[in-house]
Amino acid sequence: MEPNQNPYLVLVLLMAAAVGFALTPLALAWAWAHFFSPQKPGNDKNDTYECGLASKGDAWIHFRSEYYLYGIIFLVFDVETIFLLPFAVSFTGLTVGAFVAMIIFLVLLVEGLVWAWRKGFLTWR
Amino acid sequence: MIEEGLKNELQKQGVYVTSLQELYNWGRANSVWPLTFGLACCAIEMMAASMSRFDLARFGAEVFRPSPRQADLMIVAGTVTKKMAPLVVRLYNQMPEPKYVIAMGACAISGGPFKQGYNVLKGIDRYLPVDVAIPGCPPRPEALIHAIMTLQEKIRNQKLTGPDRPRHLNAEIEGEYPVPAYGKHDLEPPNNPDLWQPPAIQR
Repeated sequence: MEPNQNPYLVLVLLMAAAVGFALTPLALAWAWAHFFSPQKPGNDKNDTYECGLASKGDAWIHFRSEYYLYGIIFLVFDVETIFLLPFAVSFTGLTVGAFVAMIIFLVLLVEGLVWAWRKGFLTWR
Repeated sequence: MIEEGLKNELQKQGVYVTSLQELYNWGRANSVWPLTFGLACCAIEMMAASMSRFDLARFGAEVFRPSPRQADLMIVAGTVTKKMAPLVVRLYNQMPEPKYVIAMGACAISGGPFKQGYNVLKGIDRYLPVDVAIPGCPPRPEALIHAIMTLQEKIRNQKLTGPDRPRHLNAEIEGEYPVPAYGKHDLEPPNNPDLWQPPAIQR
């Protein structure tokens, strides 16, 4: 390499080659499909694939997002337990600030429990 | 076009020449991807053919595709009931061109041992253009491999231009075949009249 050339020139050339390597087959495939192979769309071919059955109805239906209740219950009973164990172990050596912070954390989670309870989520049906 | 003799002479000297048509057909013939689609006991032989003992991969046809969007070949492996026939035709319609059909076994050809059954279609050639038919009940995996080799031969010999070019290169020929409907007693229509006509009875 010439000493006055930019040392990154090789990288630029390599990158261009890589992009060309990726784009050339795509371009060839596009050119082949465009110039040689006629498009033959149809009702069946453009239809949703349903293992051979005719597709019924519309895919645009509403889902109810009830998952957030499971999320709250998971946080209350699982994640909270992970924090409660170190809290209990180091309880005697805690400062007042840490204690208050932990109580706020617990109250927030208990609020979630109360929310789920009032929603009737804990009732076995 | 290069002459066959000159081509052979050049090949002896280590110079290989080809045409775009040969290259295209060579690529097509060696990458026939079948649809994962078994209807009855013939499917067991089809699975055996794709496994290591018979090794369909030697012919580039081991990539069974579970979606018709990526498949080239429909192996109708087994008895086609009248309830299943519209689904078979719809699956064929959903495959992209070029597409080929192998009717595997006596049932797919003619209804086979169930021909007298009220619910059995007497051959898939009533609705689909069958390229290769394999007799047998069920055919051995070797027979399926032979059918795929026959299909490869057919693909290798196709012409890309001219009036007898294959269907997928001819824009005037429709890509879809009519899907039969469930009638009161039989499928309606009972056959695709462009493909198959019942034999006229001579008395």
